[in-house]
Amino acid sequence: MSKITIPFGPQHVALKEPENFMLVLEGEQIQGATVNLGYNHRGMEKAAEERTYLQDLYLIERVCGICSHSHTTCYITNVEELAKAETPKRALAIRTLVAELERVHSHLLWLGVAGYEMGFETLFMYTWRDREQVLDCLELLSGNRVHYSINTIGGVRRDISAEQKTEVMKRIDYLVERTNYYIKLATEEPTIYARTSKVGMLPPEEALRRNAVGPTARASGIARDVRKDDPYLIYNELDFKVITHNTNDVFGRLVVRALELVESYKIIKQVLNNLPEGPIAVKVPMRIAPGEAVNHYEAPRGEDIHYLKSNGTDKPERLKVRAPTLANLQSVQYMLEGGWMADVPLVIAAIDPCMSCTDRAVVWDPKKGKKQTYGWEELRKMAIERYKRRGVDFSRLG
Amino acid sequence: MDSIIPLAQILIFPGFLFLASYGMLLQWVDRKLCAVMQNRMGPPWFQPVADFIKLLAKEVIVPEEADNTMFRVLPYFALAAVMTAMVSIPVGETALFSFQGDLVAVIYLLTIPTVTFFLAGWSSKSPYSTVGSMRVLTQLFAYEVPLMLALIGPAILAGTWNIAEISAFFAAHPALIPAQLLGFLAAIIALQGKLERLPFDIPHAKNEIAGGQFTEYSGRLLDFFLLAVDMELVVGAALLNAVFLGGALGLTGIAAIALFLAKTLAITFLLALLKVLMARIRIEQMINFCWKYLAPVAMAQVLFDIFLKYKLG
Repeated sequence: MSKITIPFGPQHVALKEPENFMLVLEGEQIQGATVNLGYNHRGMEKAAEERTYLQDLYLIERVCGICSHSHTTCYITNVEELAKAETPKRALAIRTLVAELERVHSHLLWLGVAGYEMGFETLFMYTWRDREQVLDCLELLSGNRVHYSINTIGGVRRDISAEQKTEVMKRIDYLVERTNYYIKLATEEPTIYARTSKVGMLPPEEALRRNAVGPTARASGIARDVRKDDPYLIYNELDFKVITHNTNDVFGRLVVRALELVESYKIIKQVLNNLPEGPIAVKVPMRIAPGEAVNHYEAPRGEDIHYLKSNGTDKPERLKVRAPTLANLQSVQYMLEGGWMADVPLVIAAIDPCMSCTDRAVVWDPKKGKKQTYGWEELRKMAIERYKRRGVDFSRLG
Repeated sequence: MDSIIPLAQILIFPGFLFLASYGMLLQWVDRKLCAVMQNRMGPPWFQPVADFIKLLAKEVIVPEEADNTMFRVLPYFALAAVMTAMVSIPVGETALFSFQGDLVAVIYLLTIPTVTFFLAGWSSKSPYSTVGSMRVLTQLFAYEVPLMLALIGPAILAGTWNIAEISAFFAAHPALIPAQLLGFLAAIIALQGKLERLPFDIPHAKNEIAGGQFTEYSGRLLDFFLLAVDMELVVGAALLNAVFLGGALGLTGIAAIALFLAKTLAITFLLALLKVLMARIRIEQMINFCWKYLAPVAMAQVLFDIFLKYKLG
């Protein structure tokens, strides 16, 4: 049988965001796969340099729609570290609470997407209905469903009242019950097992070599979780387990995420029951002393890294975001090769990709078939040349 | 007058008009049932008609690479084959045109739409439709044998290859209907595969290969293909009703037609239930399932029917 090359994306039903995977098929089997990024580059890091620290907070929130709190918390930890601000304990607890609610909403969303990609639309409809509960909780606490904006430099914007606490507890109880049903469903329904077992295999050594993070790594038996390894916020005071699974396949990723939901409910209850008293924010000066900071954060999809460099003004000198999907995409190529065409959507969905968080600028010349990633130096050179042609010379600027 | 009545029967009842409108109704019932089972609202009753009219008004685009003639005539072939199959299946108490061996003819006529799906995908020449059409053909080999085996059982028991006579046999011996349960279940599952519905919608699995064999189709050509699929649902349900459930069960007139509608709706309910209960399986899993489990089950029913016939004399 002759080989067919199929473009999977950038416009494809299975992909919610534009990204391209070129698949070489022999019959139904995949012989080779390449991942091409660069359809969704938004220049956020550059834009962040043009705004003040507080304005950046709202920009960074829009790096990703699902893990908006993860990115802002990671960013804000950097800012507070540079400003040497003492964030109140109550603010940290509220951040932890929102972070776990976000994980619940992200994992429920993923469960639905996974169901949809394997053609199990009922699972999709059910989980997304139940996800409304946690979105309602987030709206109750922050005023927004998706971009909660609860963080502010030096603390959080809103306090939690006793009524809100009981309401969230009530909804979490309902979700615990539903999640137990989904765990039962995912582990006992034969077609789900048939579709996910031995699909998208990622052995532990390969996961380490390709630097997989989050549930993708944990499903390969690697207990890697920033919340445990390097506790931030108030995670060192909380009792929870790092869930791992050793099947190395999509089924493992499904089980890990489902069981992590249960751990998240545990954390949410602990935080709500032991909410420390005190103020929710401190004042932080607008200008921040020169310095550098790096922080990592366990986003629902894995380890999110932010680097921040300040220069004494009210705007950052440089901001760098390493979203978890960028780390996990390296593994996708390995997971796809040798697999079935029918499993491609599921394998890609199994890392819970968030493409727009990840994108890098890549220039592809179709005539020469050459790809080139532009670094800072080249982009700067091109920009200077472009403005030179228009009569402005920026080359002397540092 | 003599030629007008058969023409009216072919064009209106139980021919084209009835098939098309009942097909759309069943499509709506199926969608609504799935929606209710999945905890959603579902479409209003006129949605299939609205979809049909809307698609009719859309532009037809034929890909440059595609075989123009093939691409344009295939939807009508599919439609014609499905309608012809309906001629021999009893809707009320009798079929429009019944002859010895029409069961075999109907099985073959129902294979034609599948073959046109394959040809449609193949002549579109796009990667998605090529993969989709290969899957159509692979899938055909998986469900066709269990479906045929399942339909042969009752025919052997009734001792005839005439669908109307098989119905009449079961109407006369209603006690034998429950004995066909295994074959009926095998036929329902195989029919689900024939209609390319979840968990067997592998040829046009939208998350994998977009529209599959229909990827390049648009406008009224796509519309007629979709109509053919809707009609196939009616024909499939009617065939199972006639072969396994005793057709009109001796009733006549309006009562027979009402019974037909009730039983086909019940079969649609079973098909919708299958659709919401499972995830889509892979093509090689489907072939394994059909040959390892479905075909032996259908075969067991055939052997049981032979034994039963021997016992009954």
